[in-house]
Amino acid sequence: MCTQSLLLLGDEAVARAALDAGISGVYAYPGTPSTEITEYIQQDPDAIARNVHRQWCANEKTAMEEALGMSYAGKRALVCMKHVGLNVAADPFVNSAITGVGGGLVVAVADDPSMHSSQNEQDSRFYARFAYIPLLEPSTQQEAYEMVRAAFDYSEQLRLPIVVRLVTRLAHSRADVCPTPPRPENPLAPASEPSRWVLLPVHARKNWDVLTRRWPEITAASQSLPWNRFFPGPDRRLGIVAAGIAFNYLHECFPVGIPFPILKIGHYPISPTFLDTMKTAADKWLCLEEGAPFLEEQLRGPFSTPLFPIRGRLDRTLPRTGELNPDLVAKALGLNPREGPPVPRLVPPRPPSLCRRCPHADTYDFIRDVMDNYPHGRIFSDIGCYTLGALPPHNAIHTCVDMGAAITMAKGAADAGLYPSLAVIGDSTFAHSGLTGLLDAVAENSPITILILDNETTGMTGGQDSLARGRIESIVTGLGVAPDHVAVVTPLPRFRQENAQRLRAEIAYRGVSVLIARRPCIQIRKSS
Amino acid sequence: MHYDMIIAGVGGQGILSISALIGRAALTRGWHLKQSEVHGMAQRGGAVQSHLRLSDRPIHSDLIPRGRALLILATEPLEALRYLPWLDPEKGWLVANEEPVRNMAAYPDPTTLYAAIRAFPRYFLFNADTLARQLQAPRAANVAMLGAASPRLPFEPETLEAAIAAQFARKGDSVVQSNLAVFRAARKEALRTPISLAP
Repeated sequence: MCTQSLLLLGDEAVARAALDAGISGVYAYPGTPSTEITEYIQQDPDAIARNVHRQWCANEKTAMEEALGMSYAGKRALVCMKHVGLNVAADPFVNSAITGVGGGLVVAVADDPSMHSSQNEQDSRFYARFAYIPLLEPSTQQEAYEMVRAAFDYSEQLRLPIVVRLVTRLAHSRADVCPTPPRPENPLAPASEPSRWVLLPVHARKNWDVLTRRWPEITAASQSLPWNRFFPGPDRRLGIVAAGIAFNYLHECFPVGIPFPILKIGHYPISPTFLDTMKTAADKWLCLEEGAPFLEEQLRGPFSTPLFPIRGRLDRTLPRTGELNPDLVAKALGLNPREGPPVPRLVPPRPPSLCRRCPHADTYDFIRDVMDNYPHGRIFSDIGCYTLGALPPHNAIHTCVDMGAAITMAKGAADAGLYPSLAVIGDSTFAHSGLTGLLDAVAENSPITILILDNETTGMTGGQDSLARGRIESIVTGLGVAPDHVAVVTPLPRFRQENAQRLRAEIAYRGVSVLIARRPCIQIRKSS
Repeated sequence: MHYDMIIAGVGGQGILSISALIGRAALTRGWHLKQSEVHGMAQRGGAVQSHLRLSDRPIHSDLIPRGRALLILATEPLEALRYLPWLDPEKGWLVANEEPVRNMAAYPDPTTLYAAIRAFPRYFLFNADTLARQLQAPRAANVAMLGAASPRLPFEPETLEAAIAAQFARKGDSVVQSNLAVFRAARKEALRTPISLAP
């Protein structure tokens, strides 16, 4: 019985464990479903008393590099991001396996299968495998706590970063968690082996060779860790591979016990001798994993006839895309799920929408006033609340691809001859990935008009500080946009005509102009 | 003891405050709890739901399987109907707020929503916002919802009242007292209303 159990989100369990493991810093950019890891640390009295680094970073790449720097200095660091954030951090992430680490370095990545709040459902297990970095995948909030605690020791033992992979339903579900006694922070102990840390080809070739030689050893040694386990079962007609939270859905289907043998997966890479169990324990196997058919593809191999029949997402025993749930797993097991009353036909969907009196709505109003006269013009948008401008009644944007792509895609389209080419980007997204694209545009004086929607916060993820706050004009002019073509407008209905007029004038100018539409997010005003 | 329920509403209504109160009460009983929440994009005025599971044994899935929820507590009448496939067809209760949130063009006529709710054998439909306003606590509509659902929940009312007192303690005694008054009034209303047995 736990004496001081805590009620924590999966994200918060990661944060609590990292604090108890003695981190000296958390580095992150907000992104659903990972945001609450850093927010927990920012609000934790213990973290504040210890002065654990807990400021938001400009983006996931700077976060990963700053954490690697802290690790270089001998201290433990946590980096957190959503799955697509790992694309941004990919360069330092992949190379951190070549340098290795000093103080324990844990990369907590929250995947978003079913894309509840994302533009894709990429599976971070591929990245970890690609980079030769071990990955732990918890099934419960308690296991998330235990794995993160263990991951810092493991990282220092292997001298490699460790990935901990969460998915939305674990990250954003609360459960009772029993913590273990905290450990002090590491002392300052900067690394002193240039051959490890200076990735000149002459060093990198050697480090890479060492890493590839160590990988089979790490794989084999993982068998002695508690994360991959075999549970025997009497009914050998079916065996089940269950990774991460899929293990919970499996248990939900069999309240009085599972008759089949189970391989529970929580550590990657998986030892081949552990997988050998599959050859004798059951005649065919069902693969339950959240996200991509990552294990399933490996177990099938490239052959037309695998070693034993494998059921899963690839043969559509389970849906090929989207997150799992207990009903889908029950169906895959041939059980008849229960069903409540049907949804009456009069119930329409209720998609998210911009809040009433949202400044973005007023910005889209005056943009439409102008752009409705340019049927061949295009509006390139970006990631944030303002992406909802794609939906009625606004119908105001044409693209949304990745953080910062508004400015660069507008420039590329202008290069092709598209006119007018507008970019719409939020203040926080601009700080994250807009600056370098703006520099490209300034260098060529591209004929694009950029609207920076400055609501003075990171709205979609719940109102985190934007690093560009109070600095946008100086950043924009500092990068070389002509001061005559930088203007601040207030998106309010009473300025609609005036704002439209200014936008029309900037579109007429065949160079880079930046309009900053500044009005605070109404959610932030409400809560402050 | 095992109790599954869904709290449904519209992003921005603060349905997580209801989950937090029930979670607090569950912890004082020493029960296990799993509570799945919605964060991110859907919170911006979209349909949101929280799966809440309470048990004296360990709970496996964070999500409730279909047909298992013993209660759908809806802070909005349209949202009361969205998650019916999760409701236990034999024992499930529907407790809903009458006050519509019309942030969409295709919002149905509310009277058709009320009729669909009333067609269900175990329901309680009332206006939580009106009740909270009448008691001079306009921000306590969610506590009114908790009060209205409380006769169906596996707690003594005192346990829920203690959770309310603890949750609002930071805001001072008058806020605690007005929330408790709203809770009690809504509970009384829910207990007074005869259960409809009509299909």
